[in-house]
Amino acid sequence: MPDAAGHFGAYGGRFIAETLMEPIYQLEQAYNSLKNDPKFQAEFDYDLKHYVGRPSPLYFAERLTRELGGAKIFLKREDLNHTGAHKINNTIGQAILAKHMGKTRIIAETGAGQHGVASATIAARLGLECVVYMGAEDVKRQAPNVFRMKLLGATVVPVHSGSKTLKDALNEAMRDWVTNVDNTFYIIGTVAGPHPYPAMVRDFQSVIGREARQQILEQDGRLPDALVACVGGGSNAIGLFHPFLADESVAIYGVEAAGSGISTGKHAAPLTAGKSGVLHGNRTYLMEDDNGQIIETHSISAGLDYPGVGPEHSWLKDLGRAQYVAVTDAQAMEGFHTLTRKEGIIPALESSHAMAYVMELAPKMPKDQSIIMCLSGRGDKDINTIARLEGITL
Amino acid sequence: MSRIAACFQALQAQGKTALIPYVTAGDPHPSITVPLMHQMVEAGASIIELGVPFSDPMADGPTIQLAHERSLVHNTSLTDILAMVKEFRQTNQTTPVVLMGYLNPIEMMGYEAFAKAAQAAGVDGVLTVDLPPEEGKEVLPLFKTHGLDPIFLVAPTTPAHRMQAIAEAASGFIYYVSLKGVTGANTLDTAEVAARLKQMREYTQLPLGVGFGIKDAATAKAVGQVADAVVVGSALIKQVEATPDDHTAIIKNISGLLASMRSALDA
Repeated sequence: MPDAAGHFGAYGGRFIAETLMEPIYQLEQAYNSLKNDPKFQAEFDYDLKHYVGRPSPLYFAERLTRELGGAKIFLKREDLNHTGAHKINNTIGQAILAKHMGKTRIIAETGAGQHGVASATIAARLGLECVVYMGAEDVKRQAPNVFRMKLLGATVVPVHSGSKTLKDALNEAMRDWVTNVDNTFYIIGTVAGPHPYPAMVRDFQSVIGREARQQILEQDGRLPDALVACVGGGSNAIGLFHPFLADESVAIYGVEAAGSGISTGKHAAPLTAGKSGVLHGNRTYLMEDDNGQIIETHSISAGLDYPGVGPEHSWLKDLGRAQYVAVTDAQAMEGFHTLTRKEGIIPALESSHAMAYVMELAPKMPKDQSIIMCLSGRGDKDINTIARLEGITL
Repeated sequence: MSRIAACFQALQAQGKTALIPYVTAGDPHPSITVPLMHQMVEAGASIIELGVPFSDPMADGPTIQLAHERSLVHNTSLTDILAMVKEFRQTNQTTPVVLMGYLNPIEMMGYEAFAKAAQAAGVDGVLTVDLPPEEGKEVLPLFKTHGLDPIFLVAPTTPAHRMQAIAEAASGFIYYVSLKGVTGANTLDTAEVAARLKQMREYTQLPLGVGFGIKDAATAKAVGQVADAVVVGSALIKQVEATPDDHTAIIKNISGLLASMRSALDA
């Protein structure tokens, strides 16, 4: 999966304007010819090792495991990567590809700002011009990341259309790409968009699961019984899940943002409570109304505040290979504080959703079993949000 | 013969270029759309392109995005728009109507349900911006069964082999996007447009329309010299933007601009 046209069963595909069709085919061709090229892989692996700091540790959270009283909890520490999240794995892969394709300018969309920072970072290193589109609402919510991107030399363009969040940033980045397609490479930050993006981003992020699989076999002598990762677009999740898909004994859980609660309608959980539709170049589960209009999402976490999800997740859901659950803002906050206090690790609000579900799942599992959770990012970027939510003035 | 084919045949017999205005249905209010359609026909519109608003119009520039947003304030739905076309058809059975929009509202209604309802309402063509022929295996045959011409875009980036595939999937007319970029973008190179249309002629007998970058009588005339149809959108929507609360002024200004284009094309 996917098939040659980028379909994961009924999902995925290439639903884009004609202007982008040829550039998308060119991208696919370039990626296909490079992905099995040992020189390209060596360049990518070198950067992952020496620039990102991979492999990231698989950390046994002993105290947390004891407190929860069930399955052993292992954390895949993507928060320890350069720039503080898993996003950099993908931006390096795509930026090297951009360079090979002779593009001099990269653009990116960002929600929480992590993908924007990761793009600006690699652009600085490779000497590429970088423009990052960010919803005006997110620019306000994530001021420190906006400043980081600017320090790195990127231009941050606030997007005022629609709901002024991640989906609108994506629309605007697509518009830029349509206009400047000759010299511009669009680095999509998640496993969504037209083919080949969902497959390509998955391939670049699968380093997470490949390492984790090897690490758990070394540390625990057996495969894990469950995987848990948060799902916005779903790139850290697919990165962890993909190398385990054939291991039938491994249960897979994707955790969506239930916001104020699924029943309130104020959430960002298309797999849990949405319907199939077409947005941003692919068919997938979406948050939409009865007229097919995309509806506004809500989550405490800007990185999960997106009405769609990668098409491979939609396929895994229908197939029953992965289960998708949702946790509320309040549960995520509890996850955040628990990991911070029990293990001395401040997680991103996105990853705190995964943590909240681990807190629910682990106690129900026997002590000889294990869970790998993807700790997708660190929480430094979120401390202002946390303080505000808890009424604390810094 | 379809209404679109008949329209082009009649124009060709008179040696005229088709003038195709685009307006977003329900912008700035659903009540304006049907009267505006009739007035545009009076002013010389040959075919009407009616935009179906979408919350995430990725291929449109700021002008048309805002038109979609103004329309969606009233929750204008695809069902509402089909009702508008039906009302328009009560007194106009000749002017073709093409719906232009994004796939998701159609997908939500259901492909077959939409195709049936569109045919019943008197729609003639459907241009789905984010549906390339490759993804149309299910829906395009349904359009044809229900007498709806699938209208496709050809872009400056479209290579020859794709032109051929598009020509095979299309009926009614083919719409050449004269610029890279989104709707409402700026400059237009008429010589390049002419060269591309000539290339497209190798693959199709269908009429060729040109849009993107046509904003006044002069640009309409320049494009009209090489194309079978001239499509104008953002320049009309700007008239809505100018006086969003004055429907009389909107209808007058849009009709005025269209009439000036019509005269320039016919001169």
